[in-house]
Amino acid sequence: MIVHGASPAISKFGLGFVTSTEWQPTFGVFGAGTVLYGTAVTSFFALLLGAPIAIAIGLYLSLLAPRGLRTVISPLVEMLAAIPSVILGFWGLIVLAPFVQKNIEPWLHDKLGFIPLFGPPQTTGLSVFTASLILTIMVIPIIASISRDLFLAVPRDVQDGASALGATRWEVVRGVVLPSTASGVVAASLLGLGRALGEAIAVAQVIGAGTEIKASLFETGDTLAARIANQFPGAITEMHKASLFYLGVILLVIGLVSNITAQWIGRRFDYQRAVAR
Amino acid sequence: MSDASFDPAAPLTPSGNLRRRRAFSRFAEYGATAAALAAVGVLGIVVFAVVVHGASALSLDFLFQGAPNGIGPELVGTAEIVAIGTLIAAPIGILVAVYLTEFGTGRLASWIKLTLDLMNGLPSIIVGLFVFGLIVEATHKQSGFAAAVALAIIMLPIVARGTVEILLLVPSNLREAADALGVSRWRSVLGVILPSAIGGILTSTVLAVARAAGETAPLLLLSSVYDPSRVSLNPFEALPNIPTTIFRLSEEASPEGFTQAWGAGFVLLTFIMITSIGARILLARTRSKMAQ
Amino acid sequence: MSNFDSREFSQAVAATPHRVRIQTGPLSDAGPSGGKLWEGPIEAVFDAQGVSVFYGSKQALHGVNLRIERSRITALIGPSGCGKSTFLRSLNRMNDPVPGFRLEGQVLYHGHDLYASNVDEVEVRRRIGMVFQKPNPFPKSIYDNVAWAPRNLGLKHGLDERVEKALRGAALWDEVKDRLKDSALGLSGGQQQRLCIARAIAIEPDVLLLDEPASALDPIATASIEDLMHSLKGRFTIVIVTHNMQQAARVADRTAFFGLEATAGEPSGTLIECADTETIFSDPADPRTRDYVTGRFG
Repeated sequence: MIVHGASPAISKFGLGFVTSTEWQPTFGVFGAGTVLYGTAVTSFFALLLGAPIAIAIGLYLSLLAPRGLRTVISPLVEMLAAIPSVILGFWGLIVLAPFVQKNIEPWLHDKLGFIPLFGPPQTTGLSVFTASLILTIMVIPIIASISRDLFLAVPRDVQDGASALGATRWEVVRGVVLPSTASGVVAASLLGLGRALGEAIAVAQVIGAGTEIKASLFETGDTLAARIANQFPGAITEMHKASLFYLGVILLVIGLVSNITAQWIGRRFDYQRAVAR
Repeated sequence: MSDASFDPAAPLTPSGNLRRRRAFSRFAEYGATAAALAAVGVLGIVVFAVVVHGASALSLDFLFQGAPNGIGPELVGTAEIVAIGTLIAAPIGILVAVYLTEFGTGRLASWIKLTLDLMNGLPSIIVGLFVFGLIVEATHKQSGFAAAVALAIIMLPIVARGTVEILLLVPSNLREAADALGVSRWRSVLGVILPSAIGGILTSTVLAVARAAGETAPLLLLSSVYDPSRVSLNPFEALPNIPTTIFRLSEEASPEGFTQAWGAGFVLLTFIMITSIGARILLARTRSKMAQ
Repeated sequence: MSNFDSREFSQAVAATPHRVRIQTGPLSDAGPSGGKLWEGPIEAVFDAQGVSVFYGSKQALHGVNLRIERSRITALIGPSGCGKSTFLRSLNRMNDPVPGFRLEGQVLYHGHDLYASNVDEVEVRRRIGMVFQKPNPFPKSIYDNVAWAPRNLGLKHGLDERVEKALRGAALWDEVKDRLKDSALGLSGGQQQRLCIARAIAIEPDVLLLDEPASALDPIATASIEDLMHSLKGRFTIVIVTHNMQQAARVADRTAFFGLEATAGEPSGTLIECADTETIFSDPADPRTRDYVTGRFG
């Protein structure tokens, strides 16, 4: 159905759509390059920052926290996932973006400005960087909940065996818990990635709808989902709508690939455990 | 071979490299604790901001009147869209779940399971595009009904999965007893199994509602062109709703608009938080009851 | 016995780890086992004094006074639920994570209080190893299972030799030497348990605690574990909990019998009697011990 909607654009631009970075609705010229770049950067960043934090939270909730504290903090982490993206995006727009622009971006530009990623801060704080932070917040609860359940399922007796050999808690985690849950954690991260890739609203609110690919994270940008959300309601020409549909096709393909990979890895993981036991 | 010997009679304080390993382990523990606290902290900050900013916008006028003073029409509209969506999604979801647990084995069942899982991970904007192509293209106008269909697609996997989980907890002797009485499968499902699982089914539906109420992207495509000053009940036109209102207000740059957006966000967030928390508590209670 | 330097003599006795049977006094004083045993300074690795263990409000053990001797095999026997495993796990602080765990009294390890506040329990477990009832190999290769703990300790040089020595010591080397890289989970139950023993001895602990090591295994695997005990005897101090009295009689030097005893309130476990294995099984002092070993119950 979506492909049908996109067919005018596909026939006009073909696969070159994917790489072209021109996007001028008034001239009827469209290309997905900018948003693909933006999608890649924001999602990659969100996963890079979010997955380790989420795994740490999963470890805390399963192995470190006293039982009473666990029953309180676990639901709170899951509540983080329940916040509607439009509210989180709005908060990002009003609260996070100015904060980042005033405090974090200058500091990063100061310390790491020699890397083109960390260019000079922009005036509004609406940037790829802020969008990535918002995506990180959205990605963490998903990965953390699944990881927590995975870690809880590691049998106690194997962990005891490791402790009895004079290993510190971290060594037990590194030597037993993490290796035996590795594929599951990867699958969880891919599910989180899927969330980040498809997020339209919150990103649209904080990324600034930029039209060019820029090196610095602190400049505006756009992602597949956000562009569709921003421009579709106002799209009048057939070609404009069709191009947005085309973006949707690309997003659908990417999303399905990541989801299916996550399922496949999850299934392989179960199979391996069954064989081993 | 390196030396593993130690003096057994030495005091039981860390020997060899243990001090360093201990310190590192403690460092890792602090890191994990900090991460968890950071997550809770972010939750607190966001909720706090919404409450503080939103409370100032709240008033009876705000809740009952239309634009420019309030979001009354949006409240009604959201309720209507979500209700229609639930009416579509819940029965289908329950039926699918019943099929999967009571009747399904083999290829059709695994295809259905796969489809459900994929549906679960579908970006909501794609769902919006899909329903747009399906309904709005054909009718040439937005409608609350189209929005409800999109929400139903999003809600379906949640209801189905939760129902499957609860149905699996129903003790098998209940099924066997019904079979032994010579009752047809469908009869036993309707009369015996579903009623005993009703608690879990209800909570899954509530969770799905909580998820759907906050979805903005499909609504943006399917029900965003409306007159916010009056209440509209006709689902075959675009209905006013809260999520698109917040989005619209956030894209405009007016401070009054922002205040209203905070207020709308407050209402939405409160509803979602209460239903989410309530549903989870109910789910936990149902699970423990089932396990007895 | 004139001109006998008894001090020199007793020093010589204390210097050797072996127990010496000494005839003191006239022959007519000799008891049924032919002479009193020298109760002199044989080194005690563990000295439990008045040990009571609680899990929350439930008491598992009370008033245990027990000395575990160096380089000996000490067996803890008795019916289920008398606190044998609890006591064993208290010796290497493996009870610490159990919610509500509390120990009263004192456990001295080479004279040091095991539960003092400045004691590092990770260090304790490095010196006092444990093998569990159900084999629990890591989901890694056979080699990595044995090499894991030494790597943690920084014993990187000569790892291959260390692994081989440990596997030989556990009587497993010949069976696995060609497949060290294979997953440990592919081994049989008896082999997995011997792997766990190899894992424990690879870091050369001072003490080995074995919690019913053969109870989850078939009779053939059990026999191989018992043979292993004899070969490990001189190298480590061993404490073994077992339900199997015949096993204790075959393997142990000293045997401690645990039973239930009611103090104020609910009955809880305690040490009833501890003596040489021979004595426990042929002429125990306490009637409850006699009932147990002669099979009158349990």
